[in-house]
Amino acid sequence: MIDIDVAFKEAKIQQFLDELDQELIGLETVKTRIKEIAALLLIARLREEQNIVTERPTLHMSFTGKPGTGKTTVAIRMAQILHHLGYVRRGHVVVATRDDLVGQYVGHTAPKTKDVIKRAMGGVLFIDEAYYLYRPENERDYGQEAIEMLLQAMENKRDDMVVILAGYKDRMDTFFQANPGFHSRIGHHLHFADYSLEELMAIAELMVQQQTYHFDPTSRQAFWEYLQHRMQQPHFSNARSVRNALDRIKLRQANRLVKQGGQVTPDELTRIDEADIRQSRVFRGGLDEEPAKMAAVGVNQV
Amino acid sequence: MRITQGTFSYLPDFTDEEIKAQVQYCLDNGWPIAIEFTDDPHPRNVYWTMWGLPLFDMKDAEAVMEEVRACRDMYSNYYIRVTGYDRSLGRQTTALSFIINRPEEEPGFRLSRTEGADRQIRYTLSSYSTDKPAGRRY
Ligand SMILES: Nc1ncnc2c1ncn2[C@@H]1O[C@H](COP(=O)(O)OP(=O)(O)OP(=O)(O)O)[C@@H](O)[C@H]1O
Ligand SMILES: [Mg+2]
Repeated sequence: MIDIDVAFKEAKIQQFLDELDQELIGLETVKTRIKEIAALLLIARLREEQNIVTERPTLHMSFTGKPGTGKTTVAIRMAQILHHLGYVRRGHVVVATRDDLVGQYVGHTAPKTKDVIKRAMGGVLFIDEAYYLYRPENERDYGQEAIEMLLQAMENKRDDMVVILAGYKDRMDTFFQANPGFHSRIGHHLHFADYSLEELMAIAELMVQQQTYHFDPTSRQAFWEYLQHRMQQPHFSNARSVRNALDRIKLRQANRLVKQGGQVTPDELTRIDEADIRQSRVFRGGLDEEPAKMAAVGVNQV
Repeated sequence: MRITQGTFSYLPDFTDEEIKAQVQYCLDNGWPIAIEFTDDPHPRNVYWTMWGLPLFDMKDAEAVMEEVRACRDMYSNYYIRVTGYDRSLGRQTTALSFIINRPEEEPGFRLSRTEGADRQIRYTLSSYSTDKPAGRRY
């Protein structure tokens, strides 16, 4: 008899899942799938220990979702979990885009792709915006060569690495239609939905806390309203927009304190004031500037 | 005459498993691996030919082993060595280097003596195999 509870505990799976829960707000379907994969790998290991013939599961994946929905973050966590459960030997992530894989002239692509594949061995190869590899309008495009090498690696080097393709849902769907080879080699399709207002607020609270700042009730309300505006605007990229907004708010807070001068309390150093948020252009129908640009022109003018 | 040079030179030749373990040790230390081959095994010949480029940024020894096997297939009757380079400031040198392939027959070296003025003798070593042109030696 084998005690699954003991094996589960020894593999410290729960610990990973808890960390995941604390670190990532929402994403329930993604978390469920990670849990399922962890269970699959645990059982595979128990079967192996009992000398039951066990085929190595295919864990190539596709992550679809809008910008800032946590695809890269989950890929990094996934690599750690796969490493922890003994599925990959090292557990690092190599991020590659078209530029890293596709060359500029004949004979340039193969060594580039080969090098990326080699670097990813023992870990996870994360290909962001994978659909750029495929340019149907140009039949001589070197992307095709990279695609073929990747397909081959996904098959032959299944023991050595996990490939995760990421990008927007609709474009990935077209990409998979045009390249059925990928679709059939991918075991898991995970979709990352946009975050709700409540989730974005929770993400903001988490980030603020991680950076040892805090909202007071008025600034919390102001940030909530900020998010409501920002979500309607173009180029909204979910959690990343939250992070960027907090960066700008921290900048304003620092400038406010310096301008104010005199004595400050530790509480003031960590508190975000309503004014730090309401200064944002987003409240007047504009877009926030990049933090770098803001610093250059001085916060007051923004 | 069995040529010995580099690390582990007095041990029996490594198996693939053992090579892989050493390679992983290098990678874990952040030393990129290069694979080099030659058919001129003179101890003072430091210029071996590199197999492709040095393998930067590898994490897993299996990636290096693919190249080791490819090089061995192509130059099965050459000396092949694996080197790990430590680029850290103050070291900047080969940290570890060992032979992973050798020709079937190793004829060894001739010791020549040249007598000079005052009965002084100068010694020099030359490899029997380098009498033949490069590429036809082993
Ligand atoms: N659920 C979440 N909880 C907390 N933080 C999150 C969550 N999702 C994303 N983030 C944070 O948002 C930022 C952007 O996430 P990430 O880079 O993973 O997005 P992405 O989906 O890869 O975006 P892109 O498609 O633009 O590459 C990161 O700083 C990450 O920590
Ligand atoms: Mg990303």
